[in-house]
Amino acid sequence: MADRHYTKTHEWVAVDGKHATIGITDFAQSQLGDVVFLELPSAGRKLAARESFGVVESVKAASDLYSPVAGRITAVNEKLAAKPELINSDPYGEGWILKLDLDGELPPDLLDEAAYKKVAEESSH
Amino acid sequence: MVDFGGWEMPQQYTSIRDEHLAVRHVAGLFDVSHMGRFRVAGDSLEFLQHLVTNDLSQLGLGQAQYNLLLNEEGGIVDDLVVYHGEEGFFVVVNASNREKDLRWFREHAPSGLEVEDRTFELALIAFQGPRAQELLPADGLDGLAYFGFRRGGVAGVRALISRTGYTGEDGFEIFVNSDRVAEVWDAILARGKEAGALPAGLGARDATRLEAALRLWGNDMDETVNPYEAGLGWTVKLDKGDFIGRDALVKVKAEGPRRKLVGLKLEPGSIARHGAAVSSGGKKAGVITSGTHSFFLGYPIALAMVEAASLRVGDTVGVEVRGREAPAEVVKLPFYRGSARSAAAPTRS
Repeated sequence: MADRHYTKTHEWVAVDGKHATIGITDFAQSQLGDVVFLELPSAGRKLAARESFGVVESVKAASDLYSPVAGRITAVNEKLAAKPELINSDPYGEGWILKLDLDGELPPDLLDEAAYKKVAEESSH
Repeated sequence: MVDFGGWEMPQQYTSIRDEHLAVRHVAGLFDVSHMGRFRVAGDSLEFLQHLVTNDLSQLGLGQAQYNLLLNEEGGIVDDLVVYHGEEGFFVVVNASNREKDLRWFREHAPSGLEVEDRTFELALIAFQGPRAQELLPADGLDGLAYFGFRRGGVAGVRALISRTGYTGEDGFEIFVNSDRVAEVWDAILARGKEAGALPAGLGARDATRLEAALRLWGNDMDETVNPYEAGLGWTVKLDKGDFIGRDALVKVKAEGPRRKLVGLKLEPGSIARHGAAVSSGGKKAGVITSGTHSFFLGYPIALAMVEAASLRVGDTVGVEVRGREAPAEVVKLPFYRGSARSAAAPTRS
């Protein structure tokens, strides 16, 4: 079972050894509303931690996506092109966005579930 | 929940997509109690005729009419619906303009004529969709024409039922005392549930009104935009006698409007947002006033205020989307014509 970490910008990262999977949180999808489009990079690109790698468009707004960790993209969720609503219906499962091979240590500012819950509660006011 | 003109309102109850599609295929129930509602008592025809653009002398008892309030320069102070009832006129205005409009009415009212704000005693809900009549728990709706209204009962509660709306679909706006609205709301949803009727939030309201090309004050028009520019010339009756803004409009009409509101269709994923620049042939041509992704049509749509002479249906323009220029096609309005049918009110395009 992979460990899931969170960012203040409402992404999650599940880490399993050197492999990481990235998505946006349930709180993020509920705030965005129905997602209609994602602009995503291609596999092979290297990302730094906190680097903006794409955009999620919902009916309400366009929001930047930031990588929680550094690494090289090994896979992009192809299903999202035809079914962006997977982000809403299953943000931690079928709505994953990228898979990365990790580069170096995890950034120290990643949040655990309890700490992220606090961030989400504060942002919803 | 979002703040909308000081009212806390849901963007969606469940999903904007589901609510939007329910309105188009079955029916959706909107809480629009935030809209301002004023009663103008007594002999007020002459006073109101001087404030609004449309001709109220054509408005029979039990009929409603879409209207505009203008300033002296011909700019749109607000859009509103005027109802001619047995006890006088009443009007429904935008929530964001309620206090401004109330001042405007009172400032211009002759002495002794009272303009009463009834917003908080009366709730207003809207049941909209092709199956709204069939599913509304009320009798005698057959004889009610589009933009007609009458007293009646909804789920056994006394109400004023108006065949009006803001979605392009057939449907009803229901005025009911605030302390009884919850039971009416529940009864409508209970009756419509099996057919697929849903409560619908602001997100679905904005998407459906935009598909029907119904203008939103504050986005598509404001006090710097005149009715001809907004494509609302059909609400202006210059020959009805004097009204505020008339002189300015006579001039605009003679010279032709400098700008016009056009419809744009974009490629999937390119959502044009309010305020985005529109260009034509590499030059700035205008600005997006409203835009969204239409789940019903399957592509993004937008309204843009552009230089009048420059653009025609079928032309391609550029729209700024996420810092880049996305292509958009100028299309005919409305984007979608729903089940709303009218003999009295002309097509709004």
